Amino acid sequence: MTTANMVQAVNMAMRQELKRDKRVMVLGEDVGLNGGVFRATDGLQKEFGSERVVDTPLAELGIIGASIGLAVNGMLPVAEIQFSGFMMGSFDQIYSHAGRIRMRSRGRFSCPLVIRTPYGGGIRALELHCESNEAIFSQTPGIKMVVPSNPYDAKGLLAAAIRDPDPVIFYEPMRIYRAIKQDIPDEEYVVPIGKANVIREGEDLTLIAWGSMLKTSTEAVDKLNNKHSVEIIDLRTINPFDAETIINSVKKTGRCVIVHEAIKTGGFAAEIIATINDKALLSLEAPVMRVTAPDVPYPLAKLENYYLPSHERIIKAIEKVMSWNSLYYFHLSHFQ
Amino acid sequence: MPKKTLNEFKTEYLQVLDENGNIDASLMPKLSGQEIKKIYETMVLVRTFDQKAFNMQRQGRIGTYIQIKGQEASQVGCAIALNDDDWIFPTYRESGLLIARKHPISQVLQYWSGDERGLKAPDGINNFPISIPVGTQLPHAVGAGWAAKLRKTKQVAVACFGDGATSKGDFHEALNFAGVYNVPVIFLCQNNQYAISLPRSRQTKAETIAQKAAAYGISGIQVDGNDVFAVYMAAEEAAARARKGEGPTLIECFTYRLADHSTSDDAQRYRPKEEAEYWRKRDPVQRLEKFMEGKGMLDDNHKKEASEKASARIETEVEKFEKIKSSSPEDIFRYVFAEMTPRQQEQMKDILGER
Repeated sequence: MTTANMVQAVNMAMRQELKRDKRVMVLGEDVGLNGGVFRATDGLQKEFGSERVVDTPLAELGIIGASIGLAVNGMLPVAEIQFSGFMMGSFDQIYSHAGRIRMRSRGRFSCPLVIRTPYGGGIRALELHCESNEAIFSQTPGIKMVVPSNPYDAKGLLAAAIRDPDPVIFYEPMRIYRAIKQDIPDEEYVVPIGKANVIREGEDLTLIAWGSMLKTSTEAVDKLNNKHSVEIIDLRTINPFDAETIINSVKKTGRCVIVHEAIKTGGFAAEIIATINDKALLSLEAPVMRVTAPDVPYPLAKLENYYLPSHERIIKAIEKVMSWNSLYYFHLSHFQ
Repeated sequence: MPKKTLNEFKTEYLQVLDENGNIDASLMPKLSGQEIKKIYETMVLVRTFDQKAFNMQRQGRIGTYIQIKGQEASQVGCAIALNDDDWIFPTYRESGLLIARKHPISQVLQYWSGDERGLKAPDGINNFPISIPVGTQLPHAVGAGWAAKLRKTKQVAVACFGDGATSKGDFHEALNFAGVYNVPVIFLCQNNQYAISLPRSRQTKAETIAQKAAAYGISGIQVDGNDVFAVYMAAEEAAARARKGEGPTLIECFTYRLADHSTSDDAQRYRPKEEAEYWRKRDPVQRLEKFMEGKGMLDDNHKKEASEKASARIETEVEKFEKIKSSSPEDIFRYVFAEMTPRQQEQMKDILGER
């Protein structure tokens, strides 16, 4: 066991995989000598050499485009994009190519590529350093999309991503990079992609979150001092997401709140709600509510607390869903 | 303090075979009579295919097709310099290169008829699926070449693109990466003078595309793209240097698209008639014929024979193509991931009417 935070867990996963398989390589801006701007790749170049842990020119499209070629011709590249806000420069490569290679070559070629990037706000960073645009990649067929919320999962999910035969985007929540410490095994393990985690069981309401919002949501629930029995689900994978765990939970509780840092319209919560409508509509005791960012560009530091879901907004949503009385609203709509 | 010149660059131009069929013997690559005959037959095959595919589009037997007429020497010349396990990253205007690289002709037609199975390269031949967004395939070639270097496979990766692609950021990032990591890559630019309607002069103020290599610290050369010997020689040399660890090369094949941009385009809207006339006199196939006739390697009978042989082969392939059964709807789910997701399984059943 090692006590590790999220950055250290990510580092452990890459070290483990670089040791395990000589096809694995790490590349990106400042990942070598400097060990990454968040130190996620600290010490890796020293241990594995500059051919396997590679400092690249400052070029997001080039990093991802070259990684696609590396993956297609037998390597297992783990590319870092320094901040998720800079992913857009490489989006053409991800959307037009990485997710389509197996399909277009009818299985003759594949693209086992991992793209790691820190995402999310709450650290008073510069513009375009705080985005939470994971839903874009749920609309990108052929791409898997993973967001860990704690060090144990970060190590296990990143190992699973590197071993996955298809392209995986791995979002690392910057805000909790160093906020949570856990004892995590030194031995190899994987956390499977596509499986959600019920981190707390409950009877009254299902709360779904991922990444840094899991910590915020759990804290909000704790503030309620067991007033309601809340089941908390860590989604862990956005694409392909674990509908089964969500549906089983909502069938039990009949109530649901989803919290995400991304903007509301077209956010991933909308897909979850549509799935609940598909498979568990008659179990619902109240409409499913979302606590999200508003449909505006990420604001600079002074106003970011208004943008990000807060304990107060999460508690308000939980209370609203818990106090929902369908008969009352039925009367209201009929006799107004 | 006087200004100093930090560096100067020069751009070489290579032509072995001129438009009248004369060669510069000192530059002529070592090719046997048999090999030259094979090159000629491949070029005739490619041209016959191109015309057939165009006709089939007009008859509604395939969808939109991208013609290659005029660029046969650039494509065949490059193909013969490569090994099967070398990589090509082609564009949509590369049917000639694919055919010369053993991609089954029936499959090329299959792709243009709207069936992705046509893109699946035969085992052992690394023909990557053609790239549709312009220039996006250049960095893939860099990555594939880089992997070849790391894995010591001695493979070379070829990025194919046109003059239009050199305006894209992908071109810059790819050539820059290739230079930095000194990878075994050939950037094969077929400068056919037009990106749909826009002439080369409006893509860049640079006098040549080849000279752009200098800015990345890599080798660059312009060749007569209608001269199959020059293209072969430049590609052969670039591949040999790449295999020896001497890094990437940018080859600008100076050529001309004799046809429209695509079967939906009308080049008369933007190109003067005389221009096509000028280039028709420099036709890559006719030029090789003149050379071979001069050497006593070809006469009218041989020409007819080559043409009939090509037509017969194309007809057989067309028959084969037209007998291909359309794929099942499961096919669109099967290859997205190594394993289908639960949602995809559900959606597939939905489409198949099983739910």
